[in-house]
Amino acid sequence: MPDLIAALLISLLKAVLVVLGLLTTFAYMTLIERRLLGRMQIRHGPNRVGPMGLLQPAADAIKSIFKEDLTVTLADKLVYTLAPIVAIGMALTAFGGIPAGPAGSLFGENPWVYNLDAGILALLALTSMGVYGIFLGGWASGSKYPMLGALRSSAQMISYELGMGLSILGLLMLVGTTSFHGIVGWQAQNGVLILFQSLGFALFLISSFAETNRTPFDLPEAEQEIVAGYLTEYSAIKWALFQMAEYVNMITASAVMATLFLGGWKGPQFLNAVIPGVSDWPLVWLIAKIAFFLFLFIWVRATLPRLRYDQLMRFGWKLLLPLALANTVVTAAFLAFRGSGGLWFLGVLSLAGLLALLLMSDRVRVLWNRPTVRRPESEAVRAGGD
Amino acid sequence: MTTAQRPAAPPEGQMHTQIMSLNVGPQHPSTHGVLRLVVDMDGETVVKVTPHMGYLHTGFEKTFENRTYQQGVTYAPRTDYLHCFGHELAYVLSVEKLLGADVPERATTVRVILHELGRMHSHLVFVGTGLLDLGALTPFFYAFREKEALQDLFEAVCGYRMNQGYFRVGGLSRDIPDDWPARVETFLDQMERGVTEYTTLFAQNPIFIDRAKGVGVIPPDVALDLGLTGPNLRASGVPLDHRKDNPYCGYESYDFNVITSPDGDSLARFNMRLLEFGESIKIVRQGLRRLKPGPVKDPNRKISLPPRHELETSMEAVIHHFKLVTEGFHPPLGEVYVPVESARGEVGYYIVSDGGSMPYRVKIRAPSFVNLQALEYACVGAQFADLITILATIDPVLGDVDR
Repeated sequence: MPDLIAALLISLLKAVLVVLGLLTTFAYMTLIERRLLGRMQIRHGPNRVGPMGLLQPAADAIKSIFKEDLTVTLADKLVYTLAPIVAIGMALTAFGGIPAGPAGSLFGENPWVYNLDAGILALLALTSMGVYGIFLGGWASGSKYPMLGALRSSAQMISYELGMGLSILGLLMLVGTTSFHGIVGWQAQNGVLILFQSLGFALFLISSFAETNRTPFDLPEAEQEIVAGYLTEYSAIKWALFQMAEYVNMITASAVMATLFLGGWKGPQFLNAVIPGVSDWPLVWLIAKIAFFLFLFIWVRATLPRLRYDQLMRFGWKLLLPLALANTVVTAAFLAFRGSGGLWFLGVLSLAGLLALLLMSDRVRVLWNRPTVRRPESEAVRAGGD
Repeated sequence: MTTAQRPAAPPEGQMHTQIMSLNVGPQHPSTHGVLRLVVDMDGETVVKVTPHMGYLHTGFEKTFENRTYQQGVTYAPRTDYLHCFGHELAYVLSVEKLLGADVPERATTVRVILHELGRMHSHLVFVGTGLLDLGALTPFFYAFREKEALQDLFEAVCGYRMNQGYFRVGGLSRDIPDDWPARVETFLDQMERGVTEYTTLFAQNPIFIDRAKGVGVIPPDVALDLGLTGPNLRASGVPLDHRKDNPYCGYESYDFNVITSPDGDSLARFNMRLLEFGESIKIVRQGLRRLKPGPVKDPNRKISLPPRHELETSMEAVIHHFKLVTEGFHPPLGEVYVPVESARGEVGYYIVSDGGSMPYRVKIRAPSFVNLQALEYACVGAQFADLITILATIDPVLGDVDR
């Protein structure tokens, strides 16, 4: 019995650590994002509060906590309050399953909060639940712009989520397990999975942008169109919770990509020749890989315009889904006919598919870009208005 | 809710849907000021757009009637605050025609240079905010880098970065600084690099092209029916440009092309502006070569103020100064209209003179107001996100719409 209590306490402590770590990362992520965007946009970004603007997140936190928390009259109060909690809750829970180092490397404890055999499946389920936060928040606001944002986010979810799930199916077949530990262990033996599943990686990366509502898929909160989408009627800490959820989702998505395709918490083996044991250092490699993906998120935000809602749907259904299916079929065929040897062949196949796709991108674009159909004459205008 | 109030039950197997009216603006992030649109949508497909204007009504047309002709120059640039020199030029050209003023060549050349620089200023804002409306954040800052440099040039010439009021009936308020032409040359080089950058970085971006191509097509006949002018009309393939068709300020002697595009969609309207940068740069370069020292005001003392130093020695100069400052000049009876090609289209000031020192009536032909009428035609059947694209490429300035 004392053992159980100790285990529970330790789990609790780790959960608190993860939450604190994620929220701090979120706070500084906003600062880093704004400073980086500033760099890319010939301006400074926030640099007034504290040295190099380092206290800006604290100022922002104080501001969002003490701002007046408005609830619109037409809002469904319960759901309106619940929505941000669902969003942030799911986002924070999802991260717990990611292993940050080998077993027992965190002061004798395991550096993860929970370890499920169906790790990746549970994570996909949790991140999908996060969309409920956005959807319910937009729906419960009792206002038109948030409702449009909510509808867009649900349409977006069903468009990319199938492709996203299928894009890692090949990977899972190859590895033969859905546990993160198994995947990391497999990669330590056979090499990182991005080499064998580059097409799957590209698809998963693109879906991750949609999953986290980031440019070019930030339709649910497209400022120039629907003001702030589902966030329009939110203020103060509820608004901040949604922001937190978005950034924590970004961190989780980065961690998942790092774990699934880049070897997780393991560093490159060849570095062991220089510094023995370097590839087994806990945390360091995972954080470096997460940072790389987070930078990618910011970089893309500074570069690309936003897709239109119907374009995203077509993109999801006509490109992501078939390609993910093709990837699955090719991997399955490979496994059926070649056993598990000759992995490089699969890598070449996958890379060739990806390159062919990039080269033909102009022709492929036709799939999701159909000019908007309009009626030939606007009678109202031709007849001189109404 | 009683049964009677419920909407009729939809046919078997169909969902009940209804048209949603969405109020966009006047405080919406991308209505380019205070335009208010009531958009009727079926899902996200636009069924009807009703623009509600007047939130920026300033009553300039009426104000003109209570100011002397020379004072009116202050109000003209404030209508279209992005291409100020277009309105300024249209106003002074009209008054000068009424008056028969004799504008010195140097003043005319400087006017042409500033008119074209102003066009670039407006197009820069178009490029920046237009792409911002499509969700791309960075172009805005890149375009505003050039815009700031341009505003430095305006400031150097007259002390104002916006709403310059630099032109005078009969010439310019003062001569340009000596180093100004060299600074303009430097800017033109920067601008050329900038245009290359916008073209390669933004205008060729596949997502941007997908968002703009085939969106909001306005065929040439409809464009003419709706009275479109400027780049929006030329993007529909009609080569109307008052710099060629009704030349003013000696535009007939400048070598430049009128750019048209047969497509008439948002992409054409966007690329039109990018290509017009090149033509404007060409015109400014030619103008700079033509700059020769000389007076910048009509020597006629009944129109232009006498130089300051003469006031200390000449009684006549003092009297002219007094009369011009307190009362202004009296153009002959008549009415006048001179069309000018601004960044947005045809700008013209229809001025009626009753022989007094203030206009009897001023009517501004504002291109933004007319161009905005194409919004509904272009938007119906498109997505809501396209409406924002179309509005951005039609490029209205609300000061110009509401006046």
